[in-house]
Amino acid sequence: MNDFPSTTLRTGATPGHSSAAESRPASSARDSALIDIHDLTIGFASRAGTMLPVLRNIDLQVRRGESVGLVGESGSGKSTLALAAMGYLKGGLKVMGGGARFAEHAMFDLSRPQLERVRGGKIALIPQNSGQSLTPTLRIGTQLREALALHSNLPPAAHPQRVIELLAQVRLPEPATIFARYPHELSGGQQQRVAIAMALAGEPDALLLDEPTTGLDVTTQAHILELLRELNRETGTAMVYVSHDLGAIARVCDRVVVLYAGEVVLQGSTRQVLLAPMHPYAKGLLASIPKLSDAQLPVALAGRPPAPGGAGSGCSFVDRCAIAQDKCRSARPPLATLASGEVSRCYFPEQTAQIASRGANPVAVRVSADAGPPALVLDDICISYARPGLIDQLLGRRPNVPNTVDGVALRIGKGETIGLVGESGSGKSTILKAVAGLLAPVRGAIEFGQDEAMAQDVDHRTPDHLRRIQLVFQNPDDSLNPRHTVADILAQPLQLYFGLKGEELHQRSVALLERVRLGGHYMDRLPSQMSGGEKQRIAIARAFAAEPDVVLCDEVTSALDVSVQAAVLELLNDLKRDKGTTYLFVSHDLAVVRALSDRVAVLYQGRLCEVGPAADVYASPSHPYTEVLLGAVLEPVPDKAPVLLADDVVELAPPAKGCPFQRRCPKKVGDICDTQMPPWQTSEGGHAIRCHIPRGDLAATASTHVGVK
Amino acid sequence: MTTTILTPATVATKPGALQRLAQLLRDMASRPSGAVGLFLVLLHLLVAILSPWLVPYDYKTISATLILAPPDALHWFGTDQLGRDVFTRTLLGGREAILVTLVATPIAVTWGGLLGIYLGLVGGRIDNVVMRIVDAFLALPWILKMLLLIVTFGTGIEVLIPTLATFYGIPVIRIARAAAHNVVARDFVLASRARGHGKFTIISRELLPNVLDALMVEGAMRWSWMLLAFSSLSFLGFGVAPPNPDWGLMIADARTFLAIAPWAGLYPIVALSSLIIGINLTADALAKALGVDRAQKAPI
Repeated sequence: MNDFPSTTLRTGATPGHSSAAESRPASSARDSALIDIHDLTIGFASRAGTMLPVLRNIDLQVRRGESVGLVGESGSGKSTLALAAMGYLKGGLKVMGGGARFAEHAMFDLSRPQLERVRGGKIALIPQNSGQSLTPTLRIGTQLREALALHSNLPPAAHPQRVIELLAQVRLPEPATIFARYPHELSGGQQQRVAIAMALAGEPDALLLDEPTTGLDVTTQAHILELLRELNRETGTAMVYVSHDLGAIARVCDRVVVLYAGEVVLQGSTRQVLLAPMHPYAKGLLASIPKLSDAQLPVALAGRPPAPGGAGSGCSFVDRCAIAQDKCRSARPPLATLASGEVSRCYFPEQTAQIASRGANPVAVRVSADAGPPALVLDDICISYARPGLIDQLLGRRPNVPNTVDGVALRIGKGETIGLVGESGSGKSTILKAVAGLLAPVRGAIEFGQDEAMAQDVDHRTPDHLRRIQLVFQNPDDSLNPRHTVADILAQPLQLYFGLKGEELHQRSVALLERVRLGGHYMDRLPSQMSGGEKQRIAIARAFAAEPDVVLCDEVTSALDVSVQAAVLELLNDLKRDKGTTYLFVSHDLAVVRALSDRVAVLYQGRLCEVGPAADVYASPSHPYTEVLLGAVLEPVPDKAPVLLADDVVELAPPAKGCPFQRRCPKKVGDICDTQMPPWQTSEGGHAIRCHIPRGDLAATASTHVGVK
Repeated sequence: MTTTILTPATVATKPGALQRLAQLLRDMASRPSGAVGLFLVLLHLLVAILSPWLVPYDYKTISATLILAPPDALHWFGTDQLGRDVFTRTLLGGREAILVTLVATPIAVTWGGLLGIYLGLVGGRIDNVVMRIVDAFLALPWILKMLLLIVTFGTGIEVLIPTLATFYGIPVIRIARAAAHNVVARDFVLASRARGHGKFTIISRELLPNVLDALMVEGAMRWSWMLLAFSSLSFLGFGVAPPNPDWGLMIADARTFLAIAPWAGLYPIVALSSLIIGINLTADALAKALGVDRAQKAPI
C-alpha cells in the first residue's frame, strides 16, 4: 500500500518536468518533510483576465508526527492551503507557481487515478461538519467498511473487526452498538468521531483538518480536540489543523502558521506565537480574542484585509498596522528567521511587543441590576414546541412531554446586560423569540417594568411595545433581505414606527449609519456588496433605528471573525453607554458573554441553573454545569488543558422530574437529584445557584481550573 | 466617539429597473440557448404583429383549381384542401394563439403567484386545505377539465382567456408557495414580523422580491404550455373557429392529406414548434441568468 511504482516512475521520468520539486535546494529539513509545499502561489483569473493570487509564495513543511496549525481570518487562504497539500484546488483556482509534495508524490503532477490512491488513504481530510457528510441511510459500520475496502489492504473478512477497533480508537462508547447505528442516532460530536474514524481507516500518514470543531458545543469541541491530540501522539500521524480559533490550535498543535491575505506572516512554535508573537497581525489577532479571565472588552483590529490582488507593493498588513513605517509601504518584507526561532514577515518584529495589547481597550459599561425599576420581567415562562395530536386536540389536553423551556424567571434592570449562556438546544434562542413575541409561552408572562402588561404575541402587541423590543440575529446574511439596499433596510423601522419619509428619512438613516461607524455612502449598497462585519452593523443599526428599550442579541458575533467580533462588541458597548439600552445577550461563547454582560444566566435544557453577577458566576462556587462549561473553554494559552468534567453525550428531552442536569452531573449526590427539583440558593450579592449541594460544598469541591478572577 | 467613515471608493449602486432588464437580456443573449430562443421568440412576435401587411393573399379566398397544389413561385408553401394559400395562413395562424396566451399568462402567474406566496407565509389550516384542492385539481387530466368548461360556456377569446388563466395559475400556486416557503424561514422575514409589519408589507417587501425570479421563469414555461394547450383545443375544434387561420386548426385540417400534400401540415407544425422551442430555450436562459435553477456561483 505504501509504494506506487508507476507514480514514482512517472514523476521521475517525465521529460521537461521542471517543477519546484526538482529544483529545490537539498536541505535536510525539507527532505525529511512529509508534506512539503514550496513557493506555492495559487490564484484565479479576474474578469479582466489578470491572475489574482489567493496564496502567495507559501513555504510549508510538515514532518511525520508533527501537528501544525494554520490560522487566519476568513479569506486568508488557510483552507485553500490545506486542500492544496492534497493536490486539490477549488473551482476556478490555478497553480501560478511552486508545488506541493506529499511523501514522494508531486501532488499537482499526479493523474486523477493516482491522486485517488493517495487521497483518502495516505492523506485524509476531515472537513467542517464532516459528521453531516455521513450517508443518512447507511449504518455506521457499513460506511466504515466501504472506507476500508477502498483504502486498506485487509481481507474483507477482517473488516468488521477493524471497524470496531477504529470506533474504539476514536473513543466512542460501545463500538459494537455504534457499528449498527444510523448517523441520525448519534450526536454531532459522535458523528464527528465517526468521520475521524473513517479518515483513519487508511492508516494515513497525514490528516488535514479543516475547522473540525467549528459549530460544535464547547464541551464537545474540547473532547474532540483531546481525541485528536491523543491520536497525534499515539499514531504519529502528521496533522495540519486549519482554524480561526487560536484556542483550539493552542490545544492541538506544536507549531502555528499565521496566514494573512494569502501570505505566511508568522511561523513559530505554538508557545512562542501565543506568548510573544513577533508580527503585529498575530498580536492584534490575539488581542481581539475575548478571554474568560478578563472582564475587559477585547481590542478590535481596525480595517479589513486587502482583496486578492489588492495588496500594494509593500506589506499587505500595512494599512492596519500600528507600527507601520515608510519602508513598510514601499517594499514587501521578506520572511526572516528571528533569534527566537519564529519566522516573521515584518521589518520590525521586535517592536511588536510595544503594541499595547490590553489596558487601552475600554471596560464594558457596568450597570447594577438592583438600581431602579426593571426594563423587562420574564415571569416564570414555559415554552413548548409540542403540538397536541388529534385525540389530545379533541379532548382538549396538553401533550404530556416536558416543556422545551420551563420556569424561566428573570428580572432585567434598565440598562443592564444579561448574558444567557448554554449549549445548543438549551433554549436560549427560544426564549428570545418568546420575548420578541414570535412564540407564545404556554405559561407565564413577559412584561415591561412596573407591571406594564404586554400581549404575548406580535399580532396583538401595540406598535409601541413592538418598537421597544428589537432583535439582532446571528447571521446577517440571513437577517438582511438580499434584495434590499441599506436605505430600504433602514427605512423599514423608520417608516413603520415614526412615519418618516423624504429628506427626514434620509438624514436619520445617514445618522444611524454613522452611529454604527459606517457612512452615508453605504445607503445604496446591497448586502452582497458588504463584508460580514459591515452587514452585522447594518443589522444593529436597523434594530437601533426603532430607538428600543431592549435589544435582544442572538449569537450576534458567532458568524464573524474574531477581529470583527471585537469591533461589534465594542459597538454594542458604545450604544449601551450612549443610549442606556438593555441587552439580552445570548451566546454559547462564555468569554464573549463575560466581556459584555453585567449579569449571566446559565441555561441547561431550557431550565436556569445559575443566575448572578458576571464576576460571581465565573468564579467559585458554581453550579456543576457551569463548571463543566467553564472547564471546557479553550483559551489561547499554551499548556492550559481544558478540564473535562462530563461526557458530551446527547440528551434528547429534559427529564420529567428532578434536576435537569442529573444525567451528566459530575457531582451528582444521589436519588434526590433524580426526584426533586433542586432549590435556589441565593447569596447576598444576588448570585443564585440551583443545586442540592450547599454553596459551601460546591466551592470546596470546585475544580482548580474554574476560579478565574 | 470617533467616527470612522470609509472613503467612497468604488461603491456599486443598485441599478434602475430598465438597466437591470437590459443587463438581464444581455446576459441571456450571451448564452447559446438564450440567443437562439430570443431570436425565435422575437421573430414570431414581429411576424404576428406585422403579418396583416406582409401576406400576399387573402386568408379565406377559396380556389377550386388550386386544391392541395404543391409549393411554387406564386404559392411558396403550396395550398390547402380548399385552395387557400398556406404561406398566408401560416403567417397569420399564430396571431390569435399568441394574443390569447400573452394576455392569459401574466394573469395566471399573478393570481397563482400571489396566492402561493400568501399560503407559503401563513401556512396552517388554510394552506393545507387549498393545497389539497390544488392536488386534486392537478390529478385530473387537463384536457378533460378544459373541455368541460368550454362545453359549458362556449368558445371564443372571452372564454378562453379566463379559462387558460385560471387553469394555468393553479400549478403556479405550487411553485410560488415552495419558493416563498424557503424565504419565510429566513431571519429577515422573522425580523419583519417581530417589528410588527402586516402580511401585505411582508409579502410585497420581503417575499415578492425574492420569489420574483422563480415566478418569471415559471411564467415563461407556462406561456409555452399554454400555447400548446390553445393549439390543441383548436386542433380538436374548440379553439379558433374556421375559416380563421390558426396553426392547430390548420394541422387538424391537413392531417388527412399529410401523405399526399405534406406542405399543408408541415409549415404550421414548424411554425408552432419553433415558437415553443424558442420559448423553452428563452426560459432556460432566463433561469440560468437569474440563477433560479442552480446554486449561484460563489464569488471568490
